[in-house]
Amino acid sequence: MAETPKELKYLDTHEWARDESDGSVTVGITDHAQDSLGDVVYVELPELGSTINAGEETGVVESVKAASDIFAPVSGEVIAVNAALEDEPETINGSPYGDGWFYKVKMSDPTELEQLLDAEGYLAAVESED
Amino acid sequence: MSHRTEHPAGNRTPLYPAHVCAGAKIVDFGGWDMPLHYGSQVREHQQVRQHAGMFDVSHMTVIDVTGADALAYLRHLLANDVAKLKPGAALYSVMLNHQGGVVDDLIVYYLSSETYRLVVNCATRDKDLTWIQAEAKTFAVNIAERADLAIIAVQGPQALAALDEALVNEGFIKDALVDNTVSTESDILEQLNQLPAFHGMTINETSLRANSDQTGSGPWFIARTGYTGEDGVEIILPGEDAEPLWNALHAAGVEPVGLGARDTLRLEAGMNLYGHEMDDETSPLEANLGWTIAWQPEDRDFVGRKALTTQREQGPGTTLVGLLMTERGVLREGQIVSALSAEQSLKKQGLTEEGPSKQGIVTSGTFSPTLQQGIALARVPIALSQQAAQISVEIRGKAVAVQIVKPPFVRHGKTVYRYYKQSK
Repeated sequence: MAETPKELKYLDTHEWARDESDGSVTVGITDHAQDSLGDVVYVELPELGSTINAGEETGVVESVKAASDIFAPVSGEVIAVNAALEDEPETINGSPYGDGWFYKVKMSDPTELEQLLDAEGYLAAVESED
Repeated sequence: MSHRTEHPAGNRTPLYPAHVCAGAKIVDFGGWDMPLHYGSQVREHQQVRQHAGMFDVSHMTVIDVTGADALAYLRHLLANDVAKLKPGAALYSVMLNHQGGVVDDLIVYYLSSETYRLVVNCATRDKDLTWIQAEAKTFAVNIAERADLAIIAVQGPQALAALDEALVNEGFIKDALVDNTVSTESDILEQLNQLPAFHGMTINETSLRANSDQTGSGPWFIARTGYTGEDGVEIILPGEDAEPLWNALHAAGVEPVGLGARDTLRLEAGMNLYGHEMDDETSPLEANLGWTIAWQPEDRDFVGRKALTTQREQGPGTTLVGLLMTERGVLREGQIVSALSAEQSLKKQGLTEEGPSKQGIVTSGTFSPTLQQGIALARVPIALSQQAAQISVEIRGKAVAVQIVKPPFVRHGKTVYRYYKQSK
């Protein structure tokens, strides 16, 4: 059974966002997402320092099987990217909420965080997809 | 990100319960509920390259052709010449339509005098059976689909050794009198281990099922064939025997491998997949399958010969090549291959100016677990295949440089691709 931590926020497109309580948010893909994709072999991350907008494509994750776009849960400036994923993308399979994080955003509009799904809402979205 | 979930509810092979039990992710494949992987497609891939893996390929369609005209009929139906076969030998062939397109690709096994066995693709089953029946009208042959049979492929450098172990440990084979001669278990194992590539053997019912738990009936057919680029066998056996053999192989260290790894293994091995590298509209001459066409003897009038002869005289316009990504990434079916330099942006207008006749297309693409690079098969215009330095593939609107190579990429665990040179 895929894990869906209660403390995170989600998009129905399978990204998670963690409020770091300092005005920034860490972004990754869910356990359910990595499980559906299978072995991840490639990621494309947004550029450090770039400005991203909620709901827009900010990268790509590819498994042997398929390619999927990564959408931004919130708007703001990218202040960190997990460059280690470029050489070891399989980290996403092993640790989707830990070492498999994608990037950090300094939020330009913290109220956007409230519009995201909670764990329960995300699980319902996954359910309706199946 | 976004994705879709499959809703399986199709045909099931005798091994379906074993797949579920092993934790397989089941997907719909041509109307069958089949295992995509059992946890990690990449790990299963490596298992086959380094040790041994087993595949349930019982969804494939087995068709027995028997009768006085069996040989004459197959020499009419198939572009390769079955007359080349000695009993026990196997042949890869395409089955063409009258326009020279590929109805399907298949393996034909010569079982005994007047008995041949075809193994065709499951996705094309209905079309194939209709075609095979229609072409058989003027021949004295019987055509029978063998839905009662299962197929297990055991592939990898340790495949034969593990199969031996499984057969011995579970007591599948017993000493028996066959045609007034004593045939022992060790005789059969020796024959199995000495099977040349593309040859098969039948284990008669009288020599089978030493262990009374085994409830199947009918012979087994084992051939040294496969779809991975590794050593190994494909075992065609009664459905009831499939699960006992599967379990015995697992006990002998053979891990189950799903359809996901089956595809990456065949692509690394440079092998075509029907519906991707070839189809009803594609000539085998444009799919690297010229070697499978038996032009001699000239008076053998196989289906599609006339159309194919014209194509050969005119020269095919495209060729199937291998592509290798130099930077990290994944190649995918449908991506456009062009001669533009990698620095040049592939604007939509640019593509139009270049003209579709000068572009190629990726027919199968993936990330190679062995090479750790994106690889693909692509159909490209002959002229493009000569511009090795300037080939690029459009990935999400960007032109990415790729090297053009001659497949296969991997055989027997080793990197074997060669850089492409146009031969006249």
